[in-house]
Order: sequence, then structure tokens, then C-alpha cells
Amino acid sequence: MAIRLPVFMDYHSTTPVDPRVLEEMLPYFTEKFGNAASRSHAFGWTAEEAVEYARERIAKLLGAQSEKEIVFTSGSTESTNLAIKGVAEFYRDKGNHIITTVLEHKSVLDTCKRLEKDGFSITYLPVSKEGLVDPDDVRKAITNQTLLVSIMLANNEIGTVQPLEAIGKITRERGVLLHTDAVQGFGKVDFDVQRMNVDLASITAHKLYGPKGVGALYVRRNKPRVRLVAQIDGGGHERGNRSGTLNVPAIVGFGKACDIMATEGKAESSKILTLRERLRLKITSQLNEVYLNGSFEHRLPGNLNLSFNFVEGEGLMMAIKDVAVSSGSACTSASLEPSYVLRALGVGDELAHSSIRFGLGRFTTEEEVDFVANLVVNKVDKLREMSPLWEMHREGIDLKSVAWVAH
Amino acid sequence: MAYSEKVIEHAENPRNVGTLDKNDPNVGTGLVGAPACGDVMRLQIKVGEDGVIEDAKFKTFGCGSAIASSSLATEWIKGKTIDEAEAIKNVDIVNELNLPPVKIHCSVLAEDAIKSAIADYRKKKEQKNL
Ligand SMILES: Cc1ncc(COP(=O)(O)O)c(C=O)c1O
Ligand code: FES
Repeated sequence: MAIRLPVFMDYHSTTPVDPRVLEEMLPYFTEKFGNAASRSHAFGWTAEEAVEYARERIAKLLGAQSEKEIVFTSGSTESTNLAIKGVAEFYRDKGNHIITTVLEHKSVLDTCKRLEKDGFSITYLPVSKEGLVDPDDVRKAITNQTLLVSIMLANNEIGTVQPLEAIGKITRERGVLLHTDAVQGFGKVDFDVQRMNVDLASITAHKLYGPKGVGALYVRRNKPRVRLVAQIDGGGHERGNRSGTLNVPAIVGFGKACDIMATEGKAESSKILTLRERLRLKITSQLNEVYLNGSFEHRLPGNLNLSFNFVEGEGLMMAIKDVAVSSGSACTSASLEPSYVLRALGVGDELAHSSIRFGLGRFTTEEEVDFVANLVVNKVDKLREMSPLWEMHREGIDLKSVAWVAH
Repeated sequence: MAYSEKVIEHAENPRNVGTLDKNDPNVGTGLVGAPACGDVMRLQIKVGEDGVIEDAKFKTFGCGSAIASSSLATEWIKGKTIDEAEAIKNVDIVNELNLPPVKIHCSVLAEDAIKSAIADYRKKKEQKNL
């Protein structure tokens, strides 16, 4: 089978809409275009029915007790803002402390930073070299001021999957709320809000083959009933939690995407894992000085984050431009700082600059994997021939002993 | 970010990649940047009796713009006298390669590499003349 270039291996950034999802969405743009809040006619009822059906499907994949626990939003960034700020505001007189980790997505970190300016105190838990949070650290960080713990299910850069079940036991026992940014792991790894004692979960459709611009916040309604202060004021939609006319076609698509995951997710994950291992082994058997970033064991099936020592990540991305990937290299960011996630793992700046994230997904094929592996091996060899560091390394020079002229 | 055609061309077909003998009295070596910053350039020149740069080689660890800047630098300095080569400014490289603002430091590094190779060569000559 001929492969189409460029090959997409950036499934953590987003995913294409599954054709089955699109098909279910289409009527809701045209003939079934009603406003789900219109109570007075059939157009509205049809839309509302579709929204409620999607709510059920999403609730089911989350393991929620009721579809009433789903609040639709514009995406996970909004869900997270609503969860953290909403809880902080509602429970303000009970405490002012929030616990999160250094590995979180910016939507969590920057929300916490804003609360810090408002007088909240935030603990940013460190992670191990493997990129994992120690549940014991969560336990130790909880004080009588702690309102909320926010820890992601799976990391978007290194794919590490956190021990949420163990963390949920602790937060439940201590009477502290638990929010998780479940974006990357939802539908792909074991996740169940009930079993894991998760009280709030942020999810988004576009990471699981649904459309962009629609997400949801799971808000537990029972044991405990979680209360929030809405962050967007208006018509009081979503039980007053999030005003604004619902994006019905996108919500329909989100529901369908979850439904597909519910039936196919397990088999799909194991297929993707096989492909990911094929890619990893092909690369590491042909190149030395390649390092895996993040835990091997507790990892998203589609994530492969590798550092190619002595080759700079952005230079490598340019050399392999027939494949769409991303890099933790500073050169790809406006800030010229290497990835804070890799730094948090204690990966040295040199190796952080040399990292590439491969993200495999539903439509990745074996042919693509083989093509990418060959391309990467060839180009890394070529760039190393061009790298003064590789030459010094082979001459036995310890790069740490060199007096570099930093700029 | 999208790269300019010239950056892509140089990065895909870099000129003068390689190594000159750093112990040769007629060779000057400049090593600038740091691995921790994500860019290291080594630029070497071989200077003839007449003060003209006969050969230039580079190796670079860095992004495509850094590779292109050093490739262009070696191309430009070959055949120039060391004084002429020393007059090359990073803005010349920026203009030739259409580097965007975030990539200006790659061109600065290339200018530094030229200057540092020339300084190394001069130091060798002075030591010889002592
Ligand atoms: C871990 C994580 N959290 C949150 C987000 C933001 O989601 P959204 O694009 O729906 O706002 C992303 C993706 O961009 C993500 O990877
Ligand atoms: S080497 Fe980092 S931006 Fe050019």
C-alpha cells in the first residue's frame, strides 16, 4: 500500500474526525439545526434529544453514575478553568490550598497561577525520573486548607499515566476533591471516575477522533456532590454551570466518538501499542544513544518520546519533514526554553533539546511505521555526521568537561 | 514555523561539512554555543600564506536555521581574506536566509564562529612568531 506524505504522527496534538463521527454530525448542521434550549417546538426537542443521547454516551465511557454529571464546554481548557476556578471560588471559605503537579498541561498550570495571584496557595508536586507522581507525596501535601487536588491522567508529551486510583483513595479518605485533566488518556487507558474516586474530569473530543471546539467537564453529583461557581454568565445553560448555546453537531460527534471508543477502544489500544513497539524497536536497534523519556510501563500506547543524543530536535524535525511530529526542543518554541515536562523529569537540557514525540493513533499503519523508522534512522545518522558533539563523543571527549561559551 | 526556501536548501544540502586538522598551524578552529542551549557550531578555516581562506569546514548541532547559517558562512568566507571574512555581519546572514526574529541568534552564532576561528588562527600565528 502506498503511503501518503506527510505521515501524521502527532496524535497527541489532535486527531482527525472519524468518518463515522462526521456522518452522525452532518444532519445537525442542516435539517436538524435546532437550538437545544428551544423548548417550544420540534426543532428544539430534536436537538435536545441528540444532546442528551451524547451526554449518556460520554457518561458511560467515563463510568459516571448519571448523564447529569456532564457539563458541555468548548474544550478541555475551558473545562479545567471551570473545574479549578469554580471549586476555588465556591469553597473559598473552607480553605485556600490546591495541589497539582509540575507535569500538568498549561491549562491547569496557568489557571493555578491565576489563583495564586488571588491569594490561593498552590503546591506543585514533583515527579520521579519516570515522570510519575508518588501518591504518598499527595498524602503529605494535604493540609486542612486543601480544597482540591488536580492531577492529569496521562501526560501529553511523555505519555506517562498517573496512579489515579491510588491518589483517589487518598483524596476521598481526606475529604479533598480530585480533578483530573483526562484529555490524553480518556478512552485509551483504564479510566473510571467511580472506581478511581475522581470528582471532576476534563475531557475534549478532538483527541479521540471527534471534532475540535467541544469538551466536557464531569462533575460528581453524589458522594460528594461537587458545587461550582460558573465562570461564564448568561442564559444559565447546563444547569447553570456553563451558559451559552450548545454546539449541537459537535456534541453529537463527541457522543459518537465516545461510543466508538467504548466498543473498539481496547482492541485499538493494543493494536496501537504493537505499532508503537515496532517503531521503538526498529529505531533503537539501529541507532545508539537514543533514550526513552518517561516510564515505559505506565505509558499511553500511542506515545513514543525519544531523545536522540547529539542531534538537535528541531533540526531533526526539519530533516524528517515527511512526518508530522513534535519536539521538546527550545528551538520550536517562541520562548527558547526546552520542554518544562522533560526538565521536570530531570532530563538534561542537552537531551531535552534532542527529543522528538511520536504520537500514533487509530489510522497509523505498519507501512507508515516502517517508513518513519527508516527515515529517522537515516536522518539521525546524517545529522550526527554533521554534529560536532557526535565527533567529540566518538573521540572520547567528555562533553561535560568542555568549557562551553554559552550565549 | 515555515522555513524559507534558502534555509531548507542549505539544510538539505549543506556545503562544507567536515573537519580540518586542528593541529595544523594554518588552521583556525572556532567552537561556539553550548549543548545545553541547543546549539553548538564548530567552524574551521585553513589560511594560505597570502592570508586568503583556502578552505572552510563546519559541523553544527542545532536547528535547520543554525545548520543553514553555518553552511552559508563557510561558503561565503572561502576565497576571502581573513580581514574580509571578519567583516561579515550576522544581519548579512539574516537577510540572505530570510531568518525570522526567533532565529536571529542562529546567525549571531555563525558570526561568532567565524570570528572565533579567525582569532584562533591569529593566536597560532603569533605564538609561532614569538
Ligand atoms: C493534557 C491536555 N490538557 C488539555 C488540553 C487542551 O484541550 P483543548 O484543546 O480541548 O482545550 C490538551 C490539548 O491540547 C492536552 O493535551
Ligand atoms: S539552534 Fe536553536 S533556534 Fe537555531
